[in-house]
Amino acid sequence: MSGDGIRTLPPLAAYALALGDDALILSQRLAEWVAHAPQIEEDVALANIALDLLGQARILLSYAGEVESAGRDEDDLAYLRDDRDFRNVQLAEIGNGDFAVTMARQLVFSAYQYELYTALLDSADATIAGLAGKAVKEVAYHRDHATQWVLRLGDGTSVSAARMQAGLDQVWPFVAELFDPDDAAARLPGVAADPATLRPAWERYVTAVLSEATLQQPEPGWRSRGGRAGLHTEYLGHLLAEMQHLHRSHPGATW
Amino acid sequence: MTESSKRDWPLWEVFVRARRGLSHQHVGSLHAPDAAMALRNARDVYTRRGEGVSIWVVPSATITANSPDEKDAFFDPALDKAYRHPTFYDVPEGAKHL
Repeated sequence: MSGDGIRTLPPLAAYALALGDDALILSQRLAEWVAHAPQIEEDVALANIALDLLGQARILLSYAGEVESAGRDEDDLAYLRDDRDFRNVQLAEIGNGDFAVTMARQLVFSAYQYELYTALLDSADATIAGLAGKAVKEVAYHRDHATQWVLRLGDGTSVSAARMQAGLDQVWPFVAELFDPDDAAARLPGVAADPATLRPAWERYVTAVLSEATLQQPEPGWRSRGGRAGLHTEYLGHLLAEMQHLHRSHPGATW
Repeated sequence: MTESSKRDWPLWEVFVRARRGLSHQHVGSLHAPDAAMALRNARDVYTRRGEGVSIWVVPSATITANSPDEKDAFFDPALDKAYRHPTFYDVPEGAKHL
């Protein structure tokens, strides 16, 4: 399976794969915090968020495989694709950085997912709408968790404020890509959400949090593009190597 | 987790009510920087498998407890007074959680 796999998928499979890959890749990233978070309570909180995202990914990848009708199941899609076949936004794959970077990423991503799943509650596709109904409640909690930390670190000590601002500056170049047009979404009116329409509500929420946290919204500068088309940062290959090596070394392994 | 961060975050006692009609039960304790975060941590640590409908968190430092040295004065006098126990009533069928 090589880089041209994305274009040949039916739009609905490509759309489910895009949302599923966002959830899967960020889930894997967040799981890296387990046993490394500032407190054991935060280990548990981040693992919970990661598991919620994994649950969403399983439904979406299974559905993508079902719609594609080429006999690929969730495991095939998660473990046997190469980086160019992944459709996640680059925000999901970038390194965790310090805790402030992770919380900045979680705030902007959860706020995006919240608006996305809220829009998809009315999707004409029953599987997508059903997933959105369950996921929107999970994501509301993820967004709240990140918000609590961004407020405390941003409006905390001079050191925590500086690190929170630095974390925000680091993830900001990956934000605009969330709202870029996507071919698959454009071909699924009534089923998919047009990413650009999610931005105003996202902006209202994030701007209010940053302002209360006394943080500066970073100026637009270099910005990422192309995750949905299989263009990724150097981070993704390393993440996939770790995530996929067991399945690829021992095909069909279970426990 | 460093020792200093452990010192910085106070300890909280967590009480969870499993469902309507029951009282809150003590389920354990955790560290959190403030009450709002304690509530969220409690949700993650103690209710993620659908255990509860309501959570209380209480700063452990605000709990006043009796001293083990006072055990006899506190509890011994209760042991030989059977008439204080409600054992002479028939419990109606269907009355649960007594």
